[in-house]
Parts: sequence; structure tokens; C-alpha cells
Amino acid sequence: MQIDIVSLITIFILAVFVGNEIINKVPPTLHTPLMSGSNAISGIAIVGAILAILVDAGDVSKYVGLAALICATINVVGGFLVTDRMLKMFKKK
Amino acid sequence: MEQIQITNILYLFSAIAFIMGIKRLSHPKTARSGNLLSSIGMLIAIVATLTYPGREFDFSLIIGGVLVGAVIGIIFATRVQMTEMPQMVAIFNGLGGAASAFVASSEFLSKPESPFIIVCLSVFIGALTFTGSFVAFGKLQGFISGKAVTFKGQQLINAVIAFLAVVMILAPGLIFDSSIYIGYLNAFFVVVVLALILGIGLTIPIGGADMPVVISLLNSYSGIAAAATGFLISNNALIISGSLVGASGLILTNIMCKGMNRSLANVIFGAVGAESSVGSSDGKEMSIKSYSTTEAAMILDAAEKIIIVPGYGLAVAQAQHVAREVAETLEAMGKKVLYAIHPVAGRMPGHMNVLLAEANVSYDVLKDLDEVNPEFEDCDVALILGANDVVNPAARHDQASPIYGMPILNVDKSRTVIINKRSMNPGFAGVQNELFGYDNSIMVFGDAKDMLNDLLKEVKEL
Repeated sequence: MQIDIVSLITIFILAVFVGNEIINKVPPTLHTPLMSGSNAISGIAIVGAILAILVDAGDVSKYVGLAALICATINVVGGFLVTDRMLKMFKKK
Repeated sequence: MEQIQITNILYLFSAIAFIMGIKRLSHPKTARSGNLLSSIGMLIAIVATLTYPGREFDFSLIIGGVLVGAVIGIIFATRVQMTEMPQMVAIFNGLGGAASAFVASSEFLSKPESPFIIVCLSVFIGALTFTGSFVAFGKLQGFISGKAVTFKGQQLINAVIAFLAVVMILAPGLIFDSSIYIGYLNAFFVVVVLALILGIGLTIPIGGADMPVVISLLNSYSGIAAAATGFLISNNALIISGSLVGASGLILTNIMCKGMNRSLANVIFGAVGAESSVGSSDGKEMSIKSYSTTEAAMILDAAEKIIIVPGYGLAVAQAQHVAREVAETLEAMGKKVLYAIHPVAGRMPGHMNVLLAEANVSYDVLKDLDEVNPEFEDCDVALILGANDVVNPAARHDQASPIYGMPILNVDKSRTVIINKRSMNPGFAGVQNELFGYDNSIMVFGDAKDMLNDLLKEVKEL
């Protein structure tokens, strides 16, 4: 995918603004789940890892990609699960 | 429509799911569905990636890697204790940084023509996040001294390392022809090593009490690393998600700094908590009234409005369950009971709320600093359980106090303040709390759990 750098920077800046808006609305009560949930989202590197594991890629870059994939999957799976475990406990009586 | 457009549209859907998911975190009622939505977003991103045109994926390796990662992730997520949540988040921050650094490395190793500065930027942030997070984990877990580890010239060494890294990132482009790959490759490895060392160097001098700030900051770095990698491989999904996480971490860092009345620079370079040079010389005598749990129970019996102020000591003693029982008993007697949560009450942002939610405390009685401070004005009893610095009135008026200016819970405005402490040891900031000597203050000494169990018995017998 070839997109010019200006478009990428545009997307980046706009995403930072959106992030600021929505995250400021998260109440302090939920800051720990916010952090573990955003941790899971930062596991988006899983996408980059998959893109690196190609049949015709060199061995070194393929296995470095595999290391990335394992780290990112731990982040994604563990992050979403533990966040759910926490949020399940927040109840109103 | 070209296939790449389909992939990109799917990435757009996943970004929307992440944003809507975080938006639903604005209320405990909708939060769980928000997390589910975010995880669906991640699934869409993964599926989108597999539709990427012109790539022949090595599926056996991908499936193997996902299985290994998923099993480890499930073990972590189901085994971790709620008190250990900061450690787990620290580890995950580190892995997130490592994943981004690995992706950027893989890209560089397979495509030597990749823009060297962006490669180095992702790898640098990612590797620094990795070692920094593991030092933070070690401190929280007690493997590494929780005290600030400092030595002479430490900051100079860090500055030199950072400077060398900048040189290594910029120089190859100026010196070498782009065809001399080996030159770039060597510079790349040097950058990796420097980043790994700098991650340790920047985290080791930070004291245990400042860990909430550090974890938030590393959380932000893990997002920034992902966004930088997104620039490298021109991938919108990484850029958008990475910047969301980066923004989130920075906002939380800011909130934690405000909660401690410290600037970020002061936390990172201040090395607070190394050796306590302040305090102790202050020999002002305080007269302290020590009461029994029976007397405390009688005071609670006469009260109508009670605010419980939990500190980390409560969680360490695993006393949040019995605290909730006491609160429920008092509520059954027709009294109003609230919980006041200071932003830095736990070991990470919002930690205390999770610990209380685990003990089945209803979320609508958990009040944050701004909400609860006006409530103390007409409060009969403030019950302080293991909190210290966050209720020290010196923060409001004593300019000589190291915690001066820190926002505190105004518990001293209550008619009576009951303070449970194990002993008269000062808190994290190493400051003796003048609240203990106030006329309306009563001390009940003892382990939080034992004291609350006794109190529960006494209150029930009333």
C-alpha cells in the first residue's frame, strides 16, 4: 500500500485529536480497564507482524516477524481478556 | 474495486470499532460491551490483513505464533490477581513496544531501502519501552529495589546515550551512499543496543511511589511505537490505533502527575524517594488520641454520613472485602456511606476502584476527588483505612512540606476523623501527618483486616 507521507501524517494528527476527545470522557473509576484495554489495542502491531511472515521472505526477517507476532498476540488476547475480567466486576446495587 | 481498497475499508471499520469501543468506556454500564467492540475491531483488522493483495503468507508459522501468544495471553489474563494489575500492564506495555520494534526490524532486514530514520525511530521507542517496562515490572514486583536507584553522573550518562543514538540515526544518511547497506545495518544494531540501555537508565532512578506515572508513560510509548511502525509500513490501522493509545497514555500520565502535584520532568529526573533528606528533623510533638474499636463503633453508630477513604494499605492487607461488609452493615442501619478515591490511591490509575469493585462495592458509591471533597463538609465520620499522604492537610497550607500543593481529600472537614494505621510510620513521601494530631482525629491502631473484623463485630452488636 503506497500512501504519501502527508496523508499518513493527516491521519495521525486527526487520530490524536479523536483520542484526546474520547479518552478525556473516561471516568477515573475506569482508568485501569482503559489502560489494559488500550494495551490490547496497541497489540495492533499484530497486523505488521502478519505482513512480515511471508513465504518468500528471508529467514531472519520471517522469524523476527514471528517474535513480533507472539508478543503482539499476548498483548491482544491477554489485554482484552483481563479487561473483560475487570469490567465484569463493576456492578451497581 | 481494487483489492487493496477492500483491505483499507476493513481497516477503517476496525478503527471505528476501536473508537466506539473506547467511547463506551465512558460509563461502567456500557464499558464491557465497549471492550467487546474493540476486540471485534481487532479481529476485523486481522482478517483485513489476511486479504492483503500480492502477499503469500506463511500460514503454518502465523497460526503457530498466534497459538503460542494466545495461550500465554490467556494464562496471564486468568491468573493475575487484581492487586498485581500494574505489573501485568507493565509487562504488556513492554511486549507492545517489543512487537513494534520487531516489526520495524523485520521490515528493515527484508527491505534495506526502507527509510532509515523511521526504522530507527520505531525500533528506538519500542526497545526503550521494552526494557523500561521490565524495570518497572521488577520494581513493582520487588525484584529490583523500589527505591530510586541513583548514582553520580546518571543523568549525564543518559544524555550521552540519547545523543549517541541521535547521531547513529542521522549520520548514516549523511555519510553513506544508500547502497552501503552494511553501514546502515551496523548503525541499526547500535541504535537497538542504545535504546535498550536507555530504557533501563531512565526507569531505574524512579522511586516506587512514582510508578503510576511511569506505567502511564510507558503505555503511551507503546502506542507511539506502534504508530511509528505504521508510518514505516504505510499502514493506517497501526497509525490510528497507535495514536489512540499514545493519547490515552499521555492523558493518564498527566492526571497522575496532577494527583501528585509533580511535573513530568520532576518525576523522571527528580529521583524522589532515594534517600529521605527531608522531614525527620521536624520534631513537633503531636498529642494523639488512641481509641479502641468499641469506641470507634459507638462513634459510627451516632453518625449519619460516613465516608471511607481507602489507601493502598487496605488492599495489601486484603481488607477491602471486610471494609465492604462494614459499609453494608452501616447502610443497613440507615446511614449514607461513600468511598473517596484519590487519583494516586493505588499503584496505577484507577487501581483502587478495581480492587473495590472486586470486593463487590457498587460503582456508584465510588467518588473521585472532585466529586467527594464537597461531601466532607457535612460528613459525620471520615474513616481512613491505610491512606496517609493523600489526606495530609499540610498539602493545603504548609509551604515547607514536600507534599505542599498536592490535591488532597479534605477529610479534616468532617466532624470526626477515624484513622486506622498499623503504626505511626510516615507514608511514602516520608512526611509525618499533622492530621493525626487534630482535635477531631482519633487513631485506631492495628492491622486493617483485624481492626475491621473487630469493628464489624462491634457494629453488629450495637
